[in-house]
Amino acid sequence: MDVSIDFAGLKLKNPILTASGTFGFGLEFKHFGDLESLGGIVVKGLSLKPREGNPMPRIAETPCGMLNAIGIQNPGVEEFINKKLPKLPWKTLPVLANLYATDAAEFGELAGVLAGEEGVAALEVNVSCPNVKEGGIAFGQDPRQITKVAEAVKKNAGNKPVIIKLSPNVTDITVCAKAAEDGGADGLSLINTLSGMAVDIERRTPRLANVIGGLSGPAVKPVALRCVYQAVNAVKIPVMGLGGITTAEDAAEFLLVGAKAVQIGTGNFISPDTAFKVAEELPKVLERVKAESIDEFIGSLQLPK
Amino acid sequence: MSANNCRAVKVISNKPLGLSSPGEEIVELKLESPDWKPGWRAGQFVMIRPISWPLDLVWGRPFSICNADETSLTILFQVVGRGTSRLLELKEGDEVNIWGPLGNFFSKPQNRPVLMLAGGMGIAPFCGYVDSHPQPENLKLFFAHRPPLENYPYKGIAGKVDVEDIRETKPTDIPSIITRVEELVKEYAEKDGLIVACGPTPFLKTIWNAANKYGADAELSLENRMACGVGACLGCVCKDGDDHHTQVCTTGPVFKANNLSLEG
Repeated sequence: MDVSIDFAGLKLKNPILTASGTFGFGLEFKHFGDLESLGGIVVKGLSLKPREGNPMPRIAETPCGMLNAIGIQNPGVEEFINKKLPKLPWKTLPVLANLYATDAAEFGELAGVLAGEEGVAALEVNVSCPNVKEGGIAFGQDPRQITKVAEAVKKNAGNKPVIIKLSPNVTDITVCAKAAEDGGADGLSLINTLSGMAVDIERRTPRLANVIGGLSGPAVKPVALRCVYQAVNAVKIPVMGLGGITTAEDAAEFLLVGAKAVQIGTGNFISPDTAFKVAEELPKVLERVKAESIDEFIGSLQLPK
Repeated sequence: MSANNCRAVKVISNKPLGLSSPGEEIVELKLESPDWKPGWRAGQFVMIRPISWPLDLVWGRPFSICNADETSLTILFQVVGRGTSRLLELKEGDEVNIWGPLGNFFSKPQNRPVLMLAGGMGIAPFCGYVDSHPQPENLKLFFAHRPPLENYPYKGIAGKVDVEDIRETKPTDIPSIITRVEELVKEYAEKDGLIVACGPTPFLKTIWNAANKYGADAELSLENRMACGVGACLGCVCKDGDDHHTQVCTTGPVFKANNLSLEG
């Protein structure tokens, strides 16, 4: 089955992408599968200047999930452009840059730096990181800020699609989804991690140096699915779903509730070939459930009468 | 690494060494050979996640490669948490998903004395190091341990190179271990030897401090919690010599002491 899709003008050979922060800059996974067999990759979050991230320990395993408080450690956008991007097969593999900044103006500046980069297919804007003091989740919980950031990025993004990545740590995800759409976003991705915590009763300490981190993995899938379902029904722009996807069946669930594409995140840690396997198996799953086409299947959830 | 370096292999055997009491086992897990091409180097590690693990355990677990040949891959583990206690349940014929060999490795200098400093489970990479070193006559192992020697793969090394061990049975034994480690680091610095070390962080800090003090050429293998093992999650970072965060899994796990900061 042909599973190619159009997402906000991006032509993807399949709807399986890898989530930012879980796939490095792509090349880390080239030994585990053919990168070009993926619909696309979203690289590690980029800031204007390099960032060291948070102190250790930064990760903790929880039942069916993990907590992280990496804090957007990255080499900065210039090093990405000069050293990482040229090594990726971007002519045949859509590479999406993930942007992190501390205010709308800085987001706009970062978008301007990437706008002219031929190898960058689209911009994913992280207004939802729970692990940084400035920017991050504070934007994601304020609809006015989401609109402002979307406008600032869109203004400087040239012809690149702008995708706003939303936080689930809000009362009403539809308000945030609409706020991004109002700001001119071409698409949405959700969910970022759920704010969470883990403690050690022997040492009487938090398991993360940052105390609070972001929960991801199979544990968050029902929350993610619900958020995607609600967002899809609130906006006209396409939605990319992510949160706990580890199999092609999981990916199909997100498509069923209306996501046009999905991202694999923590699944890449369960096994480094997870995304490749999901991309390979999705057509078989869609055939098994008797989908006529991927377009027919997307959003075809039958609600109880 | 080949394009197919994430694969399932079967368990050949999985049994505690020596006579350790339940809950304190040091276990030798022998797996079918993953048929690595072009091969592996002592100091590298492998990520292991049994096929039978449900999703309540998300990550694979990193283990130093103890030894590997055409027929098998051997790792060593001690039961310390949720993952290792489940590893202990593996039976002959069970399948585990493995990816590796990962990370960098210890140097094997020609015509220089080499001191291997191992703390507890830190002995694991030195099994393969001794077996693959072209001049074992230049090697010496100093081994600090808590459980009895027979609980470790010590005999195999003792038959091949000069060895010395100290057993820690109570906290007051620690100062004598520190003193001896410092003496040895000084001795090898003076004779332009190489020091290769693996063990718990306090043990490595002692070596790191002594190496700095005496200007020794030392390579330290760090262990850290990892989610992916391949450089993507950034969960395993340590501080390098310039005080920047760097990944243990891909920049390491073996670091030159002077390219590392173990302050604090």
